[in-house]
Amino acid sequence: MSATGIGARVRRVEDQRFITGRGQYTDDIHRPYETRAYFVRSPHAHATIKSIDKRKAEKMPGVLAVLTGEDVAADKLGDLFCGWMVLSKDGSPMKAGSHPALAKGKVRYVGDHVAVVIAETLDQAKNATAEVKVDYGVLPAVADLRKARDPKAAQIHDNAPKNTVYEWVLGDQAAVDAAFAQAKHVTRLEMVNNRLIPNAIEPRAAIGEYEPGTDTYTLWSTSQNPHVLRLGLSAFIGLCPEHKFRVISPDVGGGFGSKIFIYPEETVCIWASKKVGRPVRWTAERSESFQADAHGRDHVTTGELALDANGKMLALRVKTLANLGGYLSTFSSAVPTFLYAPLLSGQYAIPAIVCEVDGVYTNTAPVDAYRGAGRPEACFVIERLVEVAARELNMDPAELRRRNFVTQFPYQTPVASLYDAGDYKASLEKAIQIADYKNFGRRRQESERRGKLRGVGFSAYIEACGVAPSNLVGQLGAGVGLWESAEISVTPTGMVEVLTGSHSHGQSHETTFAQLVSDRLGIPMNHISVVHGDTDKVQFGMGTYGSRSGPVGMSAIVVAVDKVIAKAKKVAAHILEAAEADIEFKDGKFTVVGTDKSAAFGEIALAAYVAHKFPTAEIEPGLKEHAFYDPTNFTFPAGTHICEVEIDPQTGVTEIANWVAVDDFGTVINPMVVEGQVHGGIAQGVGQALLEGCVYDDSGQLVTGSYMDYTMPRADNLPSFKVDYTTTKCPSNPLGMKGCGEAGAIAAPVALINAITNAVGHEDVPMPATSKAVWHALQKTERRKAAE
Amino acid sequence: MPTVTMTVNGRNVSVDVEPHTLLVQALREKLRLTGTHVGCDTSQCGACVVHVNGRAIKSCTMLAVQAQGADVITIEGLANGSKLHPMQEAFRDNHGLQCGFCTPGMIMSAVDIVKRKGNDLDEHTIREELEGNLCRCTGYHNIVKAIAAGAKAMKSGARA
Repeated sequence: MSATGIGARVRRVEDQRFITGRGQYTDDIHRPYETRAYFVRSPHAHATIKSIDKRKAEKMPGVLAVLTGEDVAADKLGDLFCGWMVLSKDGSPMKAGSHPALAKGKVRYVGDHVAVVIAETLDQAKNATAEVKVDYGVLPAVADLRKARDPKAAQIHDNAPKNTVYEWVLGDQAAVDAAFAQAKHVTRLEMVNNRLIPNAIEPRAAIGEYEPGTDTYTLWSTSQNPHVLRLGLSAFIGLCPEHKFRVISPDVGGGFGSKIFIYPEETVCIWASKKVGRPVRWTAERSESFQADAHGRDHVTTGELALDANGKMLALRVKTLANLGGYLSTFSSAVPTFLYAPLLSGQYAIPAIVCEVDGVYTNTAPVDAYRGAGRPEACFVIERLVEVAARELNMDPAELRRRNFVTQFPYQTPVASLYDAGDYKASLEKAIQIADYKNFGRRRQESERRGKLRGVGFSAYIEACGVAPSNLVGQLGAGVGLWESAEISVTPTGMVEVLTGSHSHGQSHETTFAQLVSDRLGIPMNHISVVHGDTDKVQFGMGTYGSRSGPVGMSAIVVAVDKVIAKAKKVAAHILEAAEADIEFKDGKFTVVGTDKSAAFGEIALAAYVAHKFPTAEIEPGLKEHAFYDPTNFTFPAGTHICEVEIDPQTGVTEIANWVAVDDFGTVINPMVVEGQVHGGIAQGVGQALLEGCVYDDSGQLVTGSYMDYTMPRADNLPSFKVDYTTTKCPSNPLGMKGCGEAGAIAAPVALINAITNAVGHEDVPMPATSKAVWHALQKTERRKAAE
Repeated sequence: MPTVTMTVNGRNVSVDVEPHTLLVQALREKLRLTGTHVGCDTSQCGACVVHVNGRAIKSCTMLAVQAQGADVITIEGLANGSKLHPMQEAFRDNHGLQCGFCTPGMIMSAVDIVKRKGNDLDEHTIREELEGNLCRCTGYHNIVKAIAAGAKAMKSGARA
């Protein structure tokens, strides 16, 4: 391995600008004659808009325009859309309600977009929004997903009776019922997967600019997928033809899924820029992020696991109610269905599984993909059931897992996933060793001597990443293909530009992609630049989410690089006066096999552009290749996390005493970067399990609307993590990569809850397991012990 | 409109501001020092930390007019020309950043922690002292390592 090759801990190329304050995030960009937008948002969770009087606001100093849903409709701007069609079990299509960029006739959650004021300054825009008089007819609201389908609940969209978006099923109900009839033991749990607010530290932002001379639009946006944003705004919302529209996602300060989607604010900024004839900029205040970024999770689930007398799993039955919020966000429909149920088999050979999912509207912010997206919820269900089953059967939780692991690959689960490679036992055993599991009992005694309770919890997670084979997702209802593109553009001096459809918002692509190309072309990393996030530079791309930039994005780069090498060999054959078949490319040099005749990569690049020494009728001048790579399967990263906690029974405060993660990500390009992804993922998972929880009250008011009410993980809530690997290569892509971005967030919550319930001796501990919740669980244990 | 005269990164500047303009707004919008970031509206996230008269301050909690006559250092002024501050180097060496958005505030806070708590910082101290800085990417693991390393490097020579 070279100092910068695949597997090397190369320091990041992008850091120089970030550590010196020279990053260029959307809000750092200013356009000449720009104006500021500020939104009038609904203070009600559910209300009709009887009238909007904007006359006074329009006359306020500096105001250029006050726009409402009437203006959106007059301009025939299309609705925001959900790009994944999910069918109910009766074959009927999901009930997608109308979702205009500015509300028309009705608002459906607190923070919904009612009007926008565009003014010379932000102060002027804000002052004028206070003078936009909206006459609301307040309606009853339903915020709790468990109440959404009550006959008396408020009806949120006319076309969705009982607020039901779909009633979906995957698996074989009859086979599951038959297996349960044979079972010696059934473990049954009610589980709530708490609602989360993503909270990338950079708030969403947008600048829209219309250029009348060329009739073209440019949108700067904090998007994880600028081409998808352009496609959606062009093809579905109908802003303008795609080729007249440029979207730039510059430096983006974290996404975690929340910046995938097409939002009202950016739609309004680009649309309004033509109306006012000047650039329109908007940056979310944090309170707007809390109200109107798409939220995550929010499931209520009943899970039942059937086992035989030897602890062999026979069947799994899952029924989930999923909150989709007030409108269907861009990919929301797929998250609790196709990104959830296919992972319920976990790492285990379970012969029969059935999962029913009912998606419902509520008067809350839209719910969509948040780091892990469906897979943390699935992992929570299966890994809670397995852990509790082990306790009920008086078995070691590790041993129950060992008995049920999938060991033969490929393995077809009963829920559509085809596991391609893995060694689940290897990661479990390594984690057990690093966690010193055999001495847990001694540590527990030692904690007890200090008046503390100690618990240990496992999470043997699996996820599906590298989304996704286009043909397959098309059959499942996706509106787009999920391939990735790459272009390798070599300059005459042998410098290389890598243009990728992936987008980096913290994932370190400028480093790892350059590392890959450097390794493959045998040229120094500083001869390579990585270009992303601009639809005028990169032809097309599907963006970054679902841990796809490695397995899909880098695979596209590999294909394009190999095309460059193939073309360069043809040129080299002429330069070196040998047959093409005799040219070998290695370590950045083209060599005639068996001779010392060779030419460096840069020399051949120059020769390709000069085009003096080869027949241009046969070989085109230049050196630039493009690839669209479509994966043939999902990838299946897996591993084991073991968490150990110590709880103070007096206060219910949980301290994480130890955290071990052993992951199998297949090929790793840069372990330093991968470990950073794991750390961050675990922290978000710990946040979900211990600290974070979005709360709406019964009237649909957002109670957790700021960092003073919504508890973000801070440095002193977390330990240092022990991260290690096992490796099985992914057979379905050229590098053998599986993806690593979401693993921590998927694995962590259930490891922590398993550890806490182990410590307190009671299974009924909700997320977030605040000190109050843990203390209450402890009281239940005390009462049970007293009764015994 | 009041005028504020202050020293920012060693340069004397005068800016016209509204009485309610925050220091962070003056830095970002008037002086175009966009390295100082805004991540919240309740003074929780710490992305806007700068040094005012040698102390770390959340520049969203201070009016620009309060900085009259002050000596302000932002992330853009921390390096000595092209030579990075040891804490900046430590963040790069230890992969203490991912998206980079919280990073300027983290680095400015970290330098302040070292000034107050010394160069030999244990993990517990660093984690407690980071109470006022949020990061959503790193899980803090590598930030803690970076600050410990940066603190040591600040002792062994380079300016504090």
